[in-house]
Amino acid sequence: MDLTIAMIITMVGASTPILFAATGELVVEKSGVLNLGIEGMMLCGAVIGFAVTFTTGNPWLGVLAAAAAGAASSMIFAVLTLSLSANQVATGLALTIFGLGFSTLFGQPYTGRPIGLFKSVFPPELATDPILRVIFGYSPLVYFSMIMVGVVWWFLYRTRAGLILRAVGESDTSAHSIGYSVTGVRYGAVAFGGAMAGIAGACFPLILTPQWVEGLTGGRGWIALALVVFASWRPFRLLAGAYLFGLIATMELYAKAAGGPFRILPSELWASLPYLATILVLVMISLRREGSTSAPACLGKPFLPTK
Amino acid sequence: MALLLEKRPNPSRAMVYLTPVVAVVLTMVVGAVIFSFMGFNGIVAVNEIFFTPLLNPLKWQDLAVKSAPLIIIAVGLSIGYRANVWNIGAEGQYIVGGLSATAVALATADMTGWWILPLMGLAGMAGGMAWAFVPAILRVRLNVNEILTSLMLAYVAVELLNYLVFGPWKSPTSFGQPQTIAFSADQSLPYIIPGTIVQLGAPIALLVALIAWLLMSRSIFGFEVRTVGSAPQAARHAGFSTGRTILFALLIGGGLAGLAGMLEVAGPFGRMVPQFPTGYGFTAIIVAFLGRLHPIGIVFAGLVLAITFVGGEVAQTTIQLPNAAVGIFQAMMLFFLLAGDVLTRYRIRFTRTSSSAGGT
Repeated sequence: MDLTIAMIITMVGASTPILFAATGELVVEKSGVLNLGIEGMMLCGAVIGFAVTFTTGNPWLGVLAAAAAGAASSMIFAVLTLSLSANQVATGLALTIFGLGFSTLFGQPYTGRPIGLFKSVFPPELATDPILRVIFGYSPLVYFSMIMVGVVWWFLYRTRAGLILRAVGESDTSAHSIGYSVTGVRYGAVAFGGAMAGIAGACFPLILTPQWVEGLTGGRGWIALALVVFASWRPFRLLAGAYLFGLIATMELYAKAAGGPFRILPSELWASLPYLATILVLVMISLRREGSTSAPACLGKPFLPTK
Repeated sequence: MALLLEKRPNPSRAMVYLTPVVAVVLTMVVGAVIFSFMGFNGIVAVNEIFFTPLLNPLKWQDLAVKSAPLIIIAVGLSIGYRANVWNIGAEGQYIVGGLSATAVALATADMTGWWILPLMGLAGMAGGMAWAFVPAILRVRLNVNEILTSLMLAYVAVELLNYLVFGPWKSPTSFGQPQTIAFSADQSLPYIIPGTIVQLGAPIALLVALIAWLLMSRSIFGFEVRTVGSAPQAARHAGFSTGRTILFALLIGGGLAGLAGMLEVAGPFGRMVPQFPTGYGFTAIIVAFLGRLHPIGIVFAGLVLAITFVGGEVAQTTIQLPNAAVGIFQAMMLFFLLAGDVLTRYRIRFTRTSSSAGGT
């Protein structure tokens, strides 16, 4: 029982950064833009979030700064792809390389300096109760990530602005001819995706390992990209996908630490599982889809206003 | 808005050649400013990173060593990128190529003969191809996005490397160090210039670029690749097999990354170690773009990136500039290149802001 609860808590923690990043990317892709730079924006958010939390001692400020850093880095992508219609794939890759360099450079002075984890804000009777902690024992970021999934669903399918955003992603030329600013909408979506990726990055030092580790996101940004495909661009399906990947990552952690029943396989194989599972999931999706696709029609295509 | 992009009927040739130069120059200027703000001497930093390796003849051999794997991998990637397939997992194919070559070296540990090194080369290429085959066949048969699958396999390759060097391949005489036994003379690349560290990798890189140039410009395959990439409709009408072209393009990319892995492990490394993944596979993406996806351009771009690596090491010792700064310079170069590319495809027109609806 104790082990089950401990594993659930680890699983939810491991899923949270992927969920944040994927929720942001879903909005970006719904507007017709493919930003492959999630990993880079996450790293920017992670290092700034860490630095601000370390300096101020206030994780709330850290999260805010991480969101700002993610959004700021996404603007490099936005200017290049939306205003200068550069290749989105290449620009996203460049953003990832940039984030890796930026975070390594800025993180260097913080190596080996621990911060406090961003812990549950519920009263300790609830947050540390052996059973109830499965509900109350999480960092505020965990609840926030779940709320954001609902907020994004509500925004996309229940608001006028969400309708416009989806229209821009499905048919940019029609949206433009009705008089909506395609580029403007996409700038907004990319900024939101960047902010979410920034928070996703901050999750690593704030709720997973409370110290600065170079390249600490370990490809989770790319898994978030796969997750959006897995969810067929539907917000609530992100939850299922994120927790599935969280479960696999949890098994890896337990395999590395405890051994026990996990010993039968080498720890490197457990560490490979999230990546292999991502490939498997992508294969299953394309088998299921059989040609017809649920991706936004204008995904990845540059748009140039003619007049 | 006052700025309007107007599509050119044909990409501007002058801009194709000019943009990479402008991107490199802008990187130096902006880099100097940024690093000055960060408390370093920005001008000295740029000078050490970009000019010291060029002006100091002692550093030229380092340039040859560093640029060879970048050029080989980037040439392979560029063929795929021309066909609009985005293999970004060259790092994984490079690692598995190195591992396959190591497997041959370990199996021939007690043997001698001239045939061992070529066999290691073939094994390296086969390993890289095998690792690229997975994303290739999934893309061609099931239309699975090759960007994600190739990258995921890069992470798996790192784990495979760790498993082997920490486990079955660990040398019994390494005092617990995770590394294989050192390669013998017959398993190591010969030095081609006496008294330097330049091994066979450098001329092979030039040869690869030359062959790729001929392949892309003179062969039917090269034409198919370009057509599939730029006009998939036309390729279908012409009866080209899009699937086969994509498959071959990805396999060539994987094979060349694997070859680079073999040349590194049998060259500078001399044995397999956990530090083998050096990020060449990712940097080669920048090299491919900076070289305009053209084999000859890639040779020059490979040299430029090698200069930043060697210069980064110089700046690390002379002005304590952290090595990660090089990554930022490299990413900036790609940003400026992509931004400048807009000028090859579009003309920029300045117009008066109109009050009509729909303007952005």
